[in-house]
Amino acid sequence: MAVVAQPHDAPDGHVINQTHAEVTRDVVATLGPPSRGYVLLLFGAVSLFLIGICTFLVLLKDGLGHAGYNPPVFWSVYITTFVFWVGIGHAGTLISAILFLFRSPWRTAVYRSTEAMTVFAVMTAGLFPIIHIGRQWIFYWLLPYPNERYLWPNFKSPLIWDVFAISTYLTVSTTFLVFGLIPDVAAVRDKVTGWRKAIYSWSSVGWKGTDNQWRHYSRAYLYLAALATPLVLSVHSVVSWDFAVSIVPGWHGTIFAPYFVAGAIYSGIGMVLTLIIPLRRALKIEHMIHSYHFDNLAKLTLLTGSILLYAYAMEYFVAWYSGNTFEQTTFYRRAFGPMWWAGWSMIICNAFVSQLLWFRKIRTNLTSLFVISIFINIGMWFERYVIIVSSLSNDYIPWAWDQMNPTWADWGILLGSFGWFGMWFLLFAKTCPSVAIQEIKEMIPMPRKRGGHG
Amino acid sequence: MAFLKPGRRAAARASGVVASFLHVDAAVDAIRALRAKGYRDLVVYTPAPNHEIEEALEHKVSPVRLLTLIGGLTGCTAGFAMTIWMSYDWPLVVGGKAIASIPPYVVIGFELTILMGALSTVAAVALFSVLMGKRGTPYDPRFSDDAIGIFVPTASDQLGPIEQLLRSAGAVEVRHETA
Repeated sequence: MAVVAQPHDAPDGHVINQTHAEVTRDVVATLGPPSRGYVLLLFGAVSLFLIGICTFLVLLKDGLGHAGYNPPVFWSVYITTFVFWVGIGHAGTLISAILFLFRSPWRTAVYRSTEAMTVFAVMTAGLFPIIHIGRQWIFYWLLPYPNERYLWPNFKSPLIWDVFAISTYLTVSTTFLVFGLIPDVAAVRDKVTGWRKAIYSWSSVGWKGTDNQWRHYSRAYLYLAALATPLVLSVHSVVSWDFAVSIVPGWHGTIFAPYFVAGAIYSGIGMVLTLIIPLRRALKIEHMIHSYHFDNLAKLTLLTGSILLYAYAMEYFVAWYSGNTFEQTTFYRRAFGPMWWAGWSMIICNAFVSQLLWFRKIRTNLTSLFVISIFINIGMWFERYVIIVSSLSNDYIPWAWDQMNPTWADWGILLGSFGWFGMWFLLFAKTCPSVAIQEIKEMIPMPRKRGGHG
Repeated sequence: MAFLKPGRRAAARASGVVASFLHVDAAVDAIRALRAKGYRDLVVYTPAPNHEIEEALEHKVSPVRLLTLIGGLTGCTAGFAMTIWMSYDWPLVVGGKAIASIPPYVVIGFELTILMGALSTVAAVALFSVLMGKRGTPYDPRFSDDAIGIFVPTASDQLGPIEQLLRSAGAVEVRHETA
């Protein structure tokens, strides 16, 4: 884009020792015939997705009774997984939009794949409220429209805010991804032949890279980034208000919005690391995404992980300091009640494991980062599980307390969601440039006949 | 370097000269020289946006921002209008509270501001770059790879002097386009 920092302002480790032609060549090469490992991974993802489809068909036929709902717990694994996937999306928008506005040059190499991750994660998340409502065929009742069936569009409910937030987020992040792809698809179009050329020509909507096109495009990209930035902060705030606006102990906290946004970015970067570490090797782009980028991703993880550490500590402190019996009981039972294992998984995986990233050796060692990223994924799923299920299972009246036990229907849909997400991500990596060709080129000074740099 | 053959839009093509450059300062020299001679209708192709070329062309700021603003304001108005109207269209008083209350509706108004702002930004680019942009200008696949291209639309008797100018600025290849 016209406003990315120039390379000579950038710190060491960032300089790209490639020419424009080499960048195109290497990125177009990632779209070549798939390797055996890729086919196996895709097969695995599709298989998981089919497990999810079969589970969903049973739910469609028989209803939600197969899932482990048990009074008073009527939000459990599906809502947990919904929040998990929405959160995953946030890192992509942070990297592609917020770091764009902050002129962070390291985002360039990784932002395309993280943005794709955002779109597919939100696509996955969007399925969960629909699965969760039980009568999935009338999901469109979620949308408010002028009343002819005596439904009450209650705009004071956070659940309808969520409908607007998630559908806006999905639309805008998809737009942002597709818009950014146009010049790169044009670059691919000019390198491939045959039927692929026909498809890429059609998808590049006549992009030629003229001065007039770039003039409008660069401005528009800046505005899309400026619109996506407050959007991403609002989306997880709205998701957090699904909980915080209620009066359930453990949910009714004013710190929920920033706490959820930090958690979302933390979990998203965890997923970015899980995806990019194998991806860069599979696509042979190790020279484009290297330790400099991982070091920066790890620093972001450390920052957001520390915010989580603070938020966890503050939740316990406020529960104690409030003097409110219900809050105190809920938080006592999170650590020492029947779900202690989930409560401690969340604290250890998120608040403590992230603190290892203070060490530079760990930040730049890909094996340790990959292992940490798996802990983050697990920890952040448990965070939502703990917040949702443990709070619901012990509300105000002790004789109403009960536990829920997830069943095959819960796990089947959860596995299916990973398959669905993985399937889209893998298909994307072989059909679209996973590294932003034109933004990388913008950072490489063009050759000069008089020599030297501009 | 093989230039693309004239396509179905051949009728829309203008005659002129296409030059490709591998050096950015050479392309900037050529643009300045052409503009000094009164050729302001240039089409410059670059693989990525480039500040030096933008400066040499002296473009005004893109009008996309106006449509972004209009879209955003429309979304904001639509969000508040919809929530307030629908609340009064089916008024249910809960807990003696106002039927329409602004603070919760800010969320809907905000989301629709972003949604309409983003969609109208993209629509603006489609409008200015595709629908109002020049069509059928000659192109070469290297312009998306590592070369800068300049197309100078001109009458057929001017082709020789223009080619001379482009070559002396440092063009690596020059080709005549005839209508």
